[in-house]
Formats: sequence, C-alpha cells, structure tokens
Amino acid sequence: MTLLSARDLAIHNRLHPTALDVQAGELVALIGPNGGGKTSLLRALARIEGASGVVAVDGEDIDEAPMARRRQLLSFLPASRDVTWPISARDVIRLGLDRDDEKRIEEMVSLFELGRLADRPVNQLSTGERARVLAARALVGNPKLLLLDEPLSNLDPYWVLHFLEIFEAAAEAGHMVLAALHDLSQLDRFSRALLIADGRIQMDETPAKLVASERFEEIFRISSANGRWAIRKPADPRSLP
Amino acid sequence: MRLLLVALLVLGAAAHLLLPLTPLREAQAIDPGLADLILIELRLPRTMLVLGYGAALGVSGAALQAIFANPLASPDISGASSGAALGAVVGGYWLGLTQPLLLAACGAAGALGTLALLVTLAGRKADTATLLLAGLAIALAAGAATSLALALAPSPFAFYDAFDWLMGSFTDRSMSQAVAALVPAGIATLLLLRRSRALDLIALGDDVAASLGIRPRRLAMEIIALSAIAVGACVAVAGAIGFVGLVAPVFGRQVSRGHPGKALVPSALIGALLLTIADLVVRAIPLDRPIPVGVITALFGTPLFLWLVVTMRRRVTA
Repeated sequence: MTLLSARDLAIHNRLHPTALDVQAGELVALIGPNGGGKTSLLRALARIEGASGVVAVDGEDIDEAPMARRRQLLSFLPASRDVTWPISARDVIRLGLDRDDEKRIEEMVSLFELGRLADRPVNQLSTGERARVLAARALVGNPKLLLLDEPLSNLDPYWVLHFLEIFEAAAEAGHMVLAALHDLSQLDRFSRALLIADGRIQMDETPAKLVASERFEEIFRISSANGRWAIRKPADPRSLP
Repeated sequence: MRLLLVALLVLGAAAHLLLPLTPLREAQAIDPGLADLILIELRLPRTMLVLGYGAALGVSGAALQAIFANPLASPDISGASSGAALGAVVGGYWLGLTQPLLLAACGAAGALGTLALLVTLAGRKADTATLLLAGLAIALAAGAATSLALALAPSPFAFYDAFDWLMGSFTDRSMSQAVAALVPAGIATLLLLRRSRALDLIALGDDVAASLGIRPRRLAMEIIALSAIAVGACVAVAGAIGFVGLVAPVFGRQVSRGHPGKALVPSALIGALLLTIADLVVRAIPLDRPIPVGVITALFGTPLFLWLVVTMRRRVTA
C-alpha cells in the first residue's frame, strides 16, 4: 500500500523536481555523496522550507494538515543534536507529543535506556546520549513517516544496532522509515536504497543491487577490489562529474 | 511556584499602591475624598505602569531569548530600549508630539528599527559574542544619537528635561500616559504569550519546528515586532530601564524547568515583581530628588548579569 506519495518536490538549486512513492513497512536508506541532496530531499518531504510540490501521507496533503495531525503523519529528526536550553530529557521527549501521555513517554525512556539520564538537562548530556533523546522525541508520537537525517552518527556500535532494531520494528508495524546515511556499513539492513547525487534520485534499488552497480561506483568515485573499497582514479581528471 | 509568584506580586502591588501610608492617612483625616484622589489619580497610574512595564520587559526578554536561542538576548542588550528612547526623543523634541499614544508609537518604531538592524547585522542564529557586540554597538549608536537629538533640540531645556526620564522614571505619570503605554504593551504582551508553545518547539531547532508547520522566520519577525511594541511603548512613557528584561527570564526558566516558551508567563510575573521592588526602593530612599529607577535595576542587575556570563562561560568550557 502506497503510504507516502510525493510529486514535483523541488528546492531551487539543490533538488530537481522529484517524485517518490513509499509503501507501508519500507525501510529506505538515502545515500549519496556529500552535498548531493539527501538532506534537501528529507527537508522537502518534511515541508521544512519553501519546497514546491505536494507531499501526501496516507492520502493527506501535509501542507493542509494542522499541527496535531502533522505529528501523526510525520516527524523529522535533524542531523544537528544541539539543544540550547536546559530542558530535561523526559521533557524533550514530551515536546514530541500534543497531549501529555506519561505512559508513552516512559515507554520511550525504557526503549532508549534513558532511565538514569531522563531527568538530566539535555544540553549537559554527551552527543550520543542526546542523539538517543532526540530520536525518542521523533518516535514518541508514533508517526506514519519517519524522516531521519544521519540517525546513526555519533552512536557507539551497540546503539547503532539498537537503533536499527527500533527502525525495523517501526517498519514491521507498518510505518515508513527514510534515513539519510553517510556510513554504508549498515546499508544491507534496509529494504530499499535511494542513491541521490546532483539533486536527483539517480538510482532506486535494493541495497545489494545498488552497491553492485557500476553507477554506484561512478557516483561515489570508489571501487571495490579484493572485498575492500578503494578510491577510483579517473583516467582523465577532467572527466569528473 | 507560580502561585507563590502571583501572591508575592499581589503583595508587592498592594505595597506599591499604599506605601507610604502617612500621606494617605493625613489626607483621610482632612477629607476621605482626597485620599481616594491621591490613590486613583497619583498612585494608581504609577503602580499600573510599574507592573505593566515590568511584565512587558519580562515577556519580551523571554521571547527574544527563545527566538535568538541565547540567554543574553534581551530588550536592553539588543539595543531595543535605546532605540525606543531615541524614537521617543525625536518624536517629543523634534516632531513636537505631545500625545502620549503618538510618543509610544515613536518609541515602538525606534525599538523596531534597532531590532531590525540587529537581525540584519548579526543574524538570528548569531553566536553570543556577535550578538552582544552588535547589540552594544547599536545601543551606543542609539545613545549617541539620542544625546545629539537632545543637544540640537529646539527646546533649550531638552537635555535637562530628558535626563530623569531617560534612565527610567515613574514619577508624576498621568493616567492617560499610563494608558498610552499599557494598551499597546498589553496587547503585544498577550500576543507574545500566545506564541509560547511555538517558542518551546523551536527549542528543538528551526527544522523540527518547521516540520510541525511553524514558520520560524515569520515567528522571529512577529516576536521582534511584538517585543518592540511592548517595550517601545513603555520606554516612551517611563524611560529605558535596563536588566529587568535580561534577568527576569533567567528566573522564569527556573520555574518552567528550562522551557523557553513556558517561561513567558513566569517571566512576566517576575519582571513585574522586580520592577515593583525597584520602584519601592526608589521611593524609600529619603532624598530631595528621586533617583531614576533604572539606576536601581542596573545596580542590582549588573552582578546578576556578570554571574550569568560566568556560568555560561563555565558551561561552554565544561
């Protein structure tokens, strides 16, 4: 069932008109070289800046939805982990809800193992700890579409795997997860991968097919040799994209 | 905590209205109507102004700090108060305006001009040093321009006249002056309070707020315009009073457990309470000439400000 349908998404100079359909239960990775447009696509989907086009989740136009409804449809986790104010971790999670739901907040506190940290001001936590709090904020409202920018950075290996399990569980429950990734080591955990470069979706494949393709190596300017990645040396430097 | 604040504020307001008691008692002995006259014509406008101006400073300080994501942004540090003073001086001594409401509008326009300049110079997400330096430069320029406007004013008494008022004074303000300041300030304050939820959400970053349908740029413009109206109208009538707008939100956020938006209401209460206390102190000092109330807030505010700077530095280095 197509749950997300985006048409003519465009941001001047950064994202060319793009269409995207995502089914319920899909776990989608957005990969691509730095500055290629991963974040721009996520921001356009989250209706963050004056992006043109239409984004519909479950048939509802996001631009038309009031705040309470938007929270049920989508949530956005930015790559920045900064919070200026000394708000407690538990209260930061609470900001993800329209109405207080102590039980749901406690669920998030235990899912992200924040018990000991829950009452500490979030701006005094380490970056990795703050990443957990902010992810809990993004998930607490149980939105249909999760737009996550670099959700796995700043995490230690345990938490990388734990986050992936949480995303998989969300997908199994029928949600859609779109995550921009820098590190490709966990790509095989995703059900679908979009390769984004020069402001366009260049490829839309399963991770295995995508990584094996010539186009992937071309765009990332790397190639696989003896099971390891190496920098691709172009024959003629002027032929760089 | 909020109840305690309200109780303290009611107590402070009552003290401000009734103290000193002796003139009231003496008037009462002569004619009960005279005592009422003193209370309603002389003291009530002053008490209303003190409470309203304090609340406006607290709310605008808290809102500006929330939208600039910086605990040092406030009407005085950003140069808004100085800009309002300049606007009121130009309106009063150069344009010859005498209508309190028109002067209040001049004050608001001056504050708006300086805040717009600050956003243009420093940007909304400026780091603390840039924000402070840009605000300082604007405040100094506005202060110099105010002095110049007074020195060159058609009236030879302008400078002498304006001295007391510029540092903040509530002495001998009429009901019509109080109304001229408090109606625009009150409306702007209420509109600011309606934005407290959005200001809490913007603490998660502009992008998260925008994904929920808040327009951060528009919100910033609204906060700046409303703060300028709230503070500017009060400055035009009672002069520029420093530090209340900076310090009240610091305590306000203690009440709101760090939430910048939920801190708006407690900041208003605390701002009103602080200014009430400052004006009670001014009246309690037995001098022939009244001390400008801004002197008192600066005397108490400066150490608090320094403490804030030191704790912020510690947090940054920690």
